[in-house]
Parts: sequence; C-alpha cells; structure tokens
Amino acid sequence: MQRVGVFVCWCGSNIAGTVDVEAVSEALKNEPGVVFSTNYQYMCSQAGQDMIKEAVKEHNLTGIVVCSCSPRMHEATFRKTAAAAGLNPYMVEIANIREQCSWVHKDIPTGTEKAIILGKAAVAKVNLNTPLTPGESPVTKRALVIGGGIAGIQTALDIADAGFPVDIVEKKPTIGGKMAQLDKTFPTLDCAACILTPKMVDVAQNENIRIFSYSEVSEIKGFVGNFDVTIKKNARFVKEDICTGCGACVEKCPMKRVPNEFNLGMDNRSAIYIPFAQAVPKVATIDPNSCNMLKNGKCGLCAKVCAAGAIDYTQKDEYINEKYGAIVVATGFNPISMDKFDEFSYNQSKDVITSLEFERLTNAAGPTAGHLERPSDGKSPKTIVFVQCVGSRCDACAEKGKEYCSKICCMYTAKHAMLVRDKYPDTEVYVFYIDVRTPGKNFDEFYRRAVEEYGVKYVKGMVGKVTPEGDKLKVQASDLIEGKQLHIDADLVVLAAAIEPDKSARPLATMLTASMDTNDFFTEAHPKLRPVESPTAGVFLSGACQGPKDIPETVSQAGAAASKVIGLLAKDKLTGNPCVAHSNELMCNGCSSCERVCPYGAITYEDKEFRMPDRTTKIRRVAKVNPAVCQGCGACTVACPSGAMDLNGFASNQIMAEVDAICK
Amino acid sequence: MQVNEHKPLIVAFCCNWCSYAGADLAGNNRLNYPADVKIIRVPCSCRVNPMFVLRAFQRGADGVIICGCHPGDCHYTSGNYYTRRRMAALFSMLDFLGIERERTRLEWVSAAEGAKFAATMNDFVEKVTALGENKRLEDLRCKR
Repeated sequence: MQRVGVFVCWCGSNIAGTVDVEAVSEALKNEPGVVFSTNYQYMCSQAGQDMIKEAVKEHNLTGIVVCSCSPRMHEATFRKTAAAAGLNPYMVEIANIREQCSWVHKDIPTGTEKAIILGKAAVAKVNLNTPLTPGESPVTKRALVIGGGIAGIQTALDIADAGFPVDIVEKKPTIGGKMAQLDKTFPTLDCAACILTPKMVDVAQNENIRIFSYSEVSEIKGFVGNFDVTIKKNARFVKEDICTGCGACVEKCPMKRVPNEFNLGMDNRSAIYIPFAQAVPKVATIDPNSCNMLKNGKCGLCAKVCAAGAIDYTQKDEYINEKYGAIVVATGFNPISMDKFDEFSYNQSKDVITSLEFERLTNAAGPTAGHLERPSDGKSPKTIVFVQCVGSRCDACAEKGKEYCSKICCMYTAKHAMLVRDKYPDTEVYVFYIDVRTPGKNFDEFYRRAVEEYGVKYVKGMVGKVTPEGDKLKVQASDLIEGKQLHIDADLVVLAAAIEPDKSARPLATMLTASMDTNDFFTEAHPKLRPVESPTAGVFLSGACQGPKDIPETVSQAGAAASKVIGLLAKDKLTGNPCVAHSNELMCNGCSSCERVCPYGAITYEDKEFRMPDRTTKIRRVAKVNPAVCQGCGACTVACPSGAMDLNGFASNQIMAEVDAICK
Repeated sequence: MQVNEHKPLIVAFCCNWCSYAGADLAGNNRLNYPADVKIIRVPCSCRVNPMFVLRAFQRGADGVIICGCHPGDCHYTSGNYYTRRRMAALFSMLDFLGIERERTRLEWVSAAEGAKFAATMNDFVEKVTALGENKRLEDLRCKR
C-alpha cells in the first residue's frame, strides 16, 4: 500500500464552480492509502507545485493523485513536480475532473459525486503503481538509405553534411533513379541531368557516404538506434575498385542486342554495360542473362580488352553486415504496366508510348539523341495525342489502374506538349484530360503558357480507343465541353501512366515491420504532423515511396527526413517510454499469440532454463519484449491466454481496480 | 407514465489518442452528457481486456462502452481492428448470457469529434436507462 497524497485543484472557478472541491478532498481522505488530502486554487501554479513537494516531504508520500484537468494537459507537469520532490515520476495519477466532469455537468451535487468517484478510481490505481524507469539504449551513429534516386541522394547528402556516415543501397548499377532518365524538369525547364549529376558526383566524393550499387537489403533485424542489416551485393563480375569506367569492354562486347533498360527498351545495349555516361559509380556491369561467357563459357573478350584487369567471371554475390541507427526508405515509384489497357493499343503499336518513354525520346542523351522520331519508322510525328490519367483516378477500373491521382502527370504532360511545340512548331499537339491539376509554385502559370503561348490544344474528355491503321493511329475521343466525338489521325500517342510504389517496397516493409496503405505506399506516423516518419521508430520516409511526388516536394521531404535522422543520430542514448509491455516468464507458455498481434515486431522468443521443483532443469520458450521497440499499445496483454503479458502504467490489476472503484 | 428513477452506471473505456481527447474536446466545448458515464483511460482500445468488461458487469455496471480511433487511424496502426473483432465476439456472448446488445457498445470517436462523443454518450445513457437496472452477471457479494 502506498502513502497517497490527494491534491484537488479548483482551477479557479473552472472546477470549483461545479464541483465542491472541499467535499472531494474530504471524501478522498477516507480512501485506502490516503494519508493527506487538500485542495488549492491552481495546483499547476508554482505555489501549487511547491505545496505538493512540501506534502511529499512532510507526509512521506509515495504516491500522488491530482484531481485536476486532463492528464493530456498537465500529467507531464505533475510528473516533473514528483521527480523534483524525489519521487518516481510515474507514481502520479491524474483524475480528470475538469474536461470530463465540471465542464460537462451542470449542478454541483452531480459534479461533486462524479468527481469523488473519479478521484477514488485514481487513488485505487496509484495504490498499484510501481516506480518505472525508462530504459536506455545506445545509438549507432550511421544511417542507411534504401534507394539511390533523388530522394535517397538528397537525404544521404544532408545526413553526411551533418557529419554522420551514410550508406546508400541501390538495386540498379548506378544511383540517379528516375530523375536521371528525365529530359527537362517543370516548371523551370532546366535539364534534369544538369541539376542531378552534380549531386551524384557529390555523393561519390563525400567521404561520409558509401554507395552499395547493384545491391539490395536482404535482412533487417534490431530496432531504433540498433538496426542490424544484411546487404546483398549482387555479383556484377567486375571489380568495382579497379574498373576505371573507360568503356573499352562495352565497345568490344559482341553481344550488343540486349534491350536497354535505361532507355526503356527503345534501343539496345551490350551484355557488359554502363547504364549512362554520368553513372555513379562509373563501373561496368555484366548482365549474367545475356553474357555468352557466363552462360556458355565462350567469349571472354571484355577480360582481354580490360587494361585494368577488372573483369572477374567468378565473382559471387557478397553479403555485408552493418549496424545502423536509422533507416530511410526511399524506394520510389514506377509507372504502372500498360498491358491491361487494351483500348490504347500500347502492345499493338510501337508508336503508342508512355510518358517516361517520351522523356527518353526527347532526351539529348536518349536513343534518338533528342530528335523526336516515331519509334516504328523514325519519321517525325506531325500530330501527337497526349492522354492523361491513364490508370489514375480510376474508380471503376481498380483491377487495372489506381484510385488515386498520380499528381505529377498534369505537369509533365504540359511540359512535354510545350517542348514539342517549342522544337517543332508545325506539330499539332492534343492533350486529353479529366481535370488539369496544377497546385504548386508557378505550376498554373506554366500550364497556361503551354495553352496560351505554345498553342497546345487541351481537350476535356477521355480517349476511348486508339486503333493502329496503316502508319496512323486512329484516336477516338470525346470532347465533353463541345459535347461531340473527335476522330484524330495521330502519329504518336503518349500515355501518362499512373505511378505506383516500386515492387521492392512491400517485402521491405515486411522486413522493417513498417506499415503500408492499400496501394503499397508507406504510411507516415501522422499524416499531418509526422509526415516523414514511419510509425516504426527509427524508420523514415523519403520521396515517392510515401505517395506520388514531384521533384521539389521529394527534395524537401528528403531534407526533412534527413533532419529527423540527424536529430536521432545526434543523441548518444535513446530514452524509451517506460510504459511498455513485459512478460512474466513463469507464466508464459511460449504460444506466440502476443507476437502475432504486435504491430512493431517488439516481441521475440528465447529459450530459458527453469529450475523445476524436483531440482531438475527444463528449457522453455518464453516471450521477451524489447522495451526500445514496444510502443505500449497493449494488444499483446489481451491476446495472451495465460495472462503473462502486462503493460507498465496500465497494468491489468490497475484497470481492474479502477473498474471496481467506479462500480462500487 | 412511469418515471424511471434508476440512474444507470456506465463505464467508458477511451483510448488515449483519439477518444479520450474527444472526451476532453467535449469538455472544452461544454457539451453536456450525463454524469453516469465514468471514463477510464487506456492507451489503445485494444488494451481493453474482455475481463474488464465482465468485471464491470459483475460489479453492477449497467452498460459498458469502448471508444477508439476510427479504423485506419489507430495510433498503433492496427489496435482498433483487434478491438473490433474481440468485442464483436464478446458482445455476442454477453447477449447470449442475457446482457442486452444495447448495454454494450463499441464506437469510433476521433480527437476532433467532441460533439460525436457527447452525442454518443447521451444516446447510450438513454438506451441503457430505458433497459433499467442490469441484474445479469451481477455478483451479489459486490452489491453496492
């Protein structure tokens, strides 16, 4: 039994107006454990707090009940007061007699009666309180960034600038991501490579950053501050530290008919390749699926021409173990597959392309060196139809498209249309749209310029069908404003495909025990107030893995994620929340019920040796809660069939005591 | 007309992040609801062990209501889904034992829904009052 002190607050007239505070403090005097009870005008004021401190000393109090406003308001205040008086801060309970009593009830007898009951419940609870000490865990001062697109690059650079080592894991042979494939960027039309490649070089030269390209994360264990990660470095059959990126091997490789992923299959590359001229790291990679040497043991030409001797056909996948304090997910997006959209004849005609393919087509470093040529016959198109929202905002077609707005398509389509009209003014350009969405700095001005200055024909309506006929594409569409059907003979049709999270995100989320929404976008800890943190402590979100985003937004989110990581890594120790679950080993039967309901993966099992009554020992599997990972929801306490799990601060016997006090 | 003199005893379990804050908001906005409702704070609605509900009825409660975050909004991601399943099973069992469906309720109240909290409590108290005193499950040894 504790020695409890009860302090009833008047809160001016806020409480005292509807509750007879004198009667409350008098009534609570008779409760078990209560040795002191008083009331005061403002308990949270300095004078009120001093009163508590003095009472603790004078009456040797071990527990404090404050009948006042909501614990959401002043629980922290009174915990500090208790700590200053030499008590454990978790020996304080608040009875909410303002928000949940005096403010919602009108007459004094009712209010007083309820306040007394709430006070009794708090006393009953505090009698069962135990002193709690928050656990501490060390922080590994190294961050992992998964994904080397602009989001990952920016996050890594910002963290590295603060002086912390960062590793980037990128599954492609080079960092750069989708932005490296783009031509120009809206709304300023500066070229993507011109602003991205210097950043890629910065990454390569930054001594705090290590790049694991052509690698993936294969296992993640541990928790905030102490993640244990296994990185699988895929064999690229080229020694990365020796290769100079001269490109002699690429030139001599006889296997030159491999579809080039970087140009989305619109041209070919060799079996040994460097994705693009500014790749970082600039080292060659052998594609094991097309290399004759690796498949049949015949050829070996690249090894002969390599002056540095970097080719190694016997290279194996390598596994690297590293510890990290924080993990940033920056896995990005991909355009959805167009296979299910038969109406646009994407698979029937080479001249129906996606917007990302169009980017490559207009890119000076692309397959046509920036000349706008039809993929089928190389002629320059005279009529181009852009179709927006292909698979986006698709309520009825959820099985092939997405319900959400992909956000970036309106702007890049305006950009494409503008660029075409700028370079080839005699080309007719149509854009079919549901709505044009241009929220963003200088975005609407940009779209209006496309319409007003460049004469792009925007038509509100959807394209119903695209049929290849001869060397033309017959486009059937409706104009909703004019209320008529349109038939356009187009030379090129560009589909603004919806974007979706990268396929690697789902397995990664499972490894991280981070949550995702139904579209496989990572969920944030709070949609407004914690937008770059995952609900899983120590996991942060950067870029389009959290939702569709353009470059400016991605970069600002990347910076925000970096600042959160820096804030975490700057600490030497993490102080946890002591109100976490714990398991009673003697009662636990190792059934795994708790593990299954834990949203954080905080529960693990270990074999523990128990001494039996007959002096033998027995090994049993028992649950163990990691207090650094547990967030204290209590799901496990209810799932546990043997009652071994309990929650600090909200223990079963404490809640039972409250129920009893209320129902007395 | 018969006047029902019985004042019901109602135990409300509110999750710390949404419903307890919603109850606070009801207070901030001075939205009245009967004093028969006594709130117990829990970190998450999934912390509510069916035992607590049974205990409340055993000790003479006339109604028990559990409030949590809206589905999908749980502070702990998935806690309220567990609550939904557990309470569906528990309430149907209690119904079988003779504790009417109107005496038990699970409601989603967000931190912004002070008005919903007050309205829910008013409605719940009205329904439970209409049912009268709860005799089932009550342990006479714990008689008030």
